[in-house]
Amino acid sequence: MSALRFDLQQIADWIPPGAHVLDLGCGDGSLLAYVRQHKQCSGYGVEIDDANVLTCVRNGVDVIQQNLDAGLALFADQSFDVVVLSQTLQAMHNTETVLREIARVGRQGIVSFPNFGYWRHVVSIIRGSMPVSRQIPYQWYDTPNIHLCTLKDFEKLTGKIGLKILARAAYDDGEEISVLPNLRSTLALYRFSVA
Amino acid sequence: MHFAAPLPLKSGAVLPAFDLVYETYGTLNAARSNAVLVCHALNASHHVAGIHADAPKSVGWWDNMVGPGKPLDTNRFFVIGVNNPGSCFGSTGPKSINPATGKPWGADFPVVTVEDWVEAQARLADVLGIETFAAVMGGSLGGMQAMQWSLSYPQRIRHALVIASTPKLSAQNIAFNDVARQAIITDPDFHGGHYYEHGVVPRRGLRVARMIGHITYLSDDDMAEKFGRALRGGNYGFDFEVDFEIESYLRYQGDKFSDYFDANTYLRITKALDYFDPAAAFGGDLTQALASTQADFLVVSFTTDWRFSPVRSHEIVRALLNNKRAVTYAEINAPHGHDAFLLDDARYHALVRTYFERIAQEVGV
Repeated sequence: MSALRFDLQQIADWIPPGAHVLDLGCGDGSLLAYVRQHKQCSGYGVEIDDANVLTCVRNGVDVIQQNLDAGLALFADQSFDVVVLSQTLQAMHNTETVLREIARVGRQGIVSFPNFGYWRHVVSIIRGSMPVSRQIPYQWYDTPNIHLCTLKDFEKLTGKIGLKILARAAYDDGEEISVLPNLRSTLALYRFSVA
Repeated sequence: MHFAAPLPLKSGAVLPAFDLVYETYGTLNAARSNAVLVCHALNASHHVAGIHADAPKSVGWWDNMVGPGKPLDTNRFFVIGVNNPGSCFGSTGPKSINPATGKPWGADFPVVTVEDWVEAQARLADVLGIETFAAVMGGSLGGMQAMQWSLSYPQRIRHALVIASTPKLSAQNIAFNDVARQAIITDPDFHGGHYYEHGVVPRRGLRVARMIGHITYLSDDDMAEKFGRALRGGNYGFDFEVDFEIESYLRYQGDKFSDYFDANTYLRITKALDYFDPAAAFGGDLTQALASTQADFLVVSFTTDWRFSPVRSHEIVRALLNNKRAVTYAEINAPHGHDAFLLDDARYHALVRTYFERIAQEVGV
């Protein structure tokens, strides 16, 4: 198996061995395949796209075809050790509901999203245009990203919902950013539990 | 194949002896690990795929799914299709001779259930030397049999493919079934189920039963697309003959069906549908009911199926998730309603093909 993308690798490192994992918007299932093989984890992916569902089946990953915006009604309270939502939060209609659902279904959550507060994005807006970057490579009129946020915004929402942040990692192009992450990182990852 | 040992049924009745007709496709490997049982739904039979030399027009009912190079590839898997007891395509059923009377069973043929069918199928598997099926697969009522296999014989089935199915019928489903049964039972030619002796067939009842059933197999959109309000003759007739194309179509389907299907079988198979409810023994808790399963599941539903809608498949999936069973669930966006499970749809077939490739790897074929 090829190496995981750096952000998925960070997520995999946060997942405890043997955990029962739910990966929301699991794409081709590579994270689940990885943690199953390397960390003896079990679990499921949730994915809406037909082609991704097929790839999951091909990769031996158990996948449930569902629209996340319709909620996680199929999943029972506290039935997973870890629930992952990787680079999907910004495309959800009901962002707050999804976070609450993650907290309901999982003992811990791991969420990643592109940081809208990245300084180049800010510069782009000062210059008068919505940012288009490698992390958010869409024009404003055709973007699936309808709920972009900054690290601070996300932390405020987790506070409101009553989630306790256990760890944070911020990256720019695969390089970890520890100084001024709100300005300098393009991607943020959070691990949290219900406070 | 003849089975001399009596088959005790869920109803308490006993089938003293019975025959099962079956077809096989492909070759059982030396490890006997590549057998797949394909279960039929209401009106189908053991003739799953291909054609018979003497009947080149009679193509198997799931020929687009099963065969060499097809999603269920008979070059790799040994596929079995079996006609269930109570049906009318050669296995023991109401048309067969009751050994006790020397006359056709007719109304006296017992009501059989999904559980009973699985028992009969298991006996066939025993004779064929199949200890464990790589998969048991079916759509609709066939999916119920796949589910029941995972319950009756958890160790004898590696995968259950449950397509366009449900863990139990709704009141609406049962209502449709009963209208169909009433149509048959109230046909003057029914003779309390002993119509064989009178040399007649309750054709009118069977025809209406099929028409009702057929409506539930199609989606509203599909009917609108195929027929709309198109008129057969271009104008209203101001009488009660066929005006609309949809009437013509349903009557044709009803006629065709009443030519080959047995009314007593129709009654029994709809009852088998009505009675299927594995959660009932667990206070309605499907999670508990499925706790004893060991198989991996592929559950598939179709967005426009309103007979057994995706929500019904969600019930199965939820119960499997609660039990941490291996389950993959696909919701296929298809316009054709319940019938979609029998039709050629690229996404659906790619999914089943890929799933069987996974099974093939697992069982080493």
